[in-house]
Amino acid sequence: MTTSRHGPLVLDDQAQGLFRVARKSFTDTDIMGAEYANVFNKCWLYLGHESEVSKKGDFVTRTVARRNLLMTRDTTGKLNAFFNTCPHRGAEVARERKGNQKYFQCFYHGWVFSADGALKNQPGEARYSASFKEQQRGNLVPVPRFDNYRGMCFVNFDPQAGSLEDYLGNAREYLDLVLDQAESGMVILDGMQEYSIRSNWKLLVENSNDGYHAATTHASYLDYLANTHALDKEVALRGVGVELGNGHAVVEYTAPWGRPIANWIPKWGDAGKQEMNAIHAKLVERHGKDKADRICFKNRNLLIFPNLVVNDIMAVTVRTFYPLAPNHMNVNGWALGPVEESAWARQYRLDNFLEFLGPGGFATPDDVEALESCQAGYQNSLETGAEWNDISKGMGMDPSYDDESQMRSFWKEWNRRVTGANNTTEGGL
Amino acid sequence: MSLPTRSDVEDFLYQEADLLDSWKLTEWLALYTKDAEYQVPSTDLPKDASPVNSLFYIADDYMRLEQRVIRLGKKSMHSEYPRSKTRHVVGNVRVLGEEDGEIKVTAAFIVYRSKWGNTDVFVGSYDYRLRRAEGGGLLIRKKRCLLDLDGLRPQGRVSILL
Repeated sequence: MTTSRHGPLVLDDQAQGLFRVARKSFTDTDIMGAEYANVFNKCWLYLGHESEVSKKGDFVTRTVARRNLLMTRDTTGKLNAFFNTCPHRGAEVARERKGNQKYFQCFYHGWVFSADGALKNQPGEARYSASFKEQQRGNLVPVPRFDNYRGMCFVNFDPQAGSLEDYLGNAREYLDLVLDQAESGMVILDGMQEYSIRSNWKLLVENSNDGYHAATTHASYLDYLANTHALDKEVALRGVGVELGNGHAVVEYTAPWGRPIANWIPKWGDAGKQEMNAIHAKLVERHGKDKADRICFKNRNLLIFPNLVVNDIMAVTVRTFYPLAPNHMNVNGWALGPVEESAWARQYRLDNFLEFLGPGGFATPDDVEALESCQAGYQNSLETGAEWNDISKGMGMDPSYDDESQMRSFWKEWNRRVTGANNTTEGGL
Repeated sequence: MSLPTRSDVEDFLYQEADLLDSWKLTEWLALYTKDAEYQVPSTDLPKDASPVNSLFYIADDYMRLEQRVIRLGKKSMHSEYPRSKTRHVVGNVRVLGEEDGEIKVTAAFIVYRSKWGNTDVFVGSYDYRLRRAEGGGLLIRKKRCLLDLDGLRPQGRVSILL
C-alpha cells in the first residue's frame, strides 16, 4: 500500500523546498465528490457578466457547478439569479440560452413568472389552497447568494457564506486593473467559446497561470509570433507570481506581444501607435502614471479560487470550468473588452484573442493536449514512485512569473477545503 | 461567366477533402486565393456574424491560414503530432449562383477526427465563395464552416482543418 492511497494529498515541506500533490487528486471519484461538497458548494462561483443582461428583460441560462441557472434583469433593472426549474413539477422555465422577455412560461402546465421570479399566472389557480398562496409556493427559487463585483456576477450555494467582497479579498486589486481599463466600462463580446477537455479540472487551474510551460508547449505559437509580428524584442517575459490569499493567485509580467490596452507593437503601424498613446494618456489622466503603466504594459493571469480565470494578456479572457468526472471538464470562455473601443482596436483585440486562445487558436489546443497527456499519465498514479506531482519550483526564492508559487497557493486552499487539513502534511481522504 | 456544374464543384470539393484527409496541406493551401478567408464561428452566434465584432473559434486571413498550415506541419504542434486520423465527408452540394464575380456554393459536411482512442464528430455546413482560376479551374476565396453543434463538447478543439 502506497502512502498516497490513504495518506495526505498535499505535502508542503518548506525546510526541504519540496511541494507535492498526490496524483490521485486528479483521478479519484470520491475526491471529486468532496470537491463538490466542500469547494463548489461553498465558494463564490462566477455566473456571468452584467453586460450579458444589459437591458430589462434580458436573460441567460447557464450551468454552474451542476446547477441549471437563470440570470435575469427584471423590470426594475435589478439582476436576479434563480434555479431554472418550475416550482410546480420541475421543468425549465427558460429553455433558450439567452433572450429578452418580460415573462417566463413553463410550457408543461403553463405557470407564468415575471423576471423577478414572482408567479404571475397559474392555470387552475382556484384549485389551490389558501396556504399555497400565503406561503408563496409558486415563485421561482432564487440561488441562496447572488452578488456582483463591478459587474462580474457570482453565486454561492451556501446561505452561510461570507460576503463576495471579503471572499475576493486581495484579488480585487487585480480585477480592478482589468475593470478600470475603460471609462465606458467593460462588456462581454458576442461569441462564447464552449468546449470540453478530457482531463481533470485542476489541470486547467494550473495551466491558466503557468509561466513555465510556454517555451516548449507553445514553441510553435512563439515561432508564429516571431515569423509574423515584428515583435518588440526588447521586451522580455519577466515578472512575479503573487499569492493573494483564499487560494487566489496571479502572475504579473511584461511580454513582447501587443495589447489593445495599450501596448503597441510595430505590426500596428503609426495609426495604431497614435491610438495606443491616446489610450495610455487617458489612463494616466484617470489613474496616474504608475497604475496606467501597469494596466498597459503588464500582463496578468489571475485565478479566483476555485475556477475563475481572468487572463489579461494579448486580449482579456474570462474562463470558468467544472468537472463532469475526474477526467472530464466543461469549459466556458468569453472575451471581455471596453464598451467603447475603435473598430480598429476591437478587431485587433478579437484577432489577438483568436490567434492564441480558444479551441481554434495557435496555443490553447496544445494546452489541451498537454492536460490530456497528464491525465493519461495518471493511469500510473498509484504506482510506487509515480504517485506525486511536483510543484516545488521557486520555493524559498524570490517569486518569478515562471515559478509555481501561484499553484501552491491554489493547492493549499484546495487541501484545506477538501480534506479539512490546516497542516498540509496531514489530511488524506 | 457561366457557372460551373454541380459535378465540377463536387469533384473540386472531394479533391479538397482528400488533400485534408491525406495531410497534404501545402497542396490544400494552393486551392485558396491569396486573399482567402477561412472561418469557424462560435456556435452561439447568428449565421451572419462577423469576426470584426464577434468572437469566433477561427477567423483566418490568408497570412494566418498559411501559418496554420506551417504549424500543422511541425512536431511542436503537439495537438496534431502525432497526427489525428480524419475523414471529411461532403454532401448536399449546391451551386447557388454568382455574386461579385464569385461563385456561391453551399454543402453539408461531417468530419471525423480520431486520436488517442476517441472519435469526435464535427457536423455542419460549408459556405464557399469560389473563383475561377486562370486556366479554368476553381479556387477558394472564402470558406465558412458553420457547426451544427451546441459547442465543442466533447470535441474540445478545432486543431484540424474542417
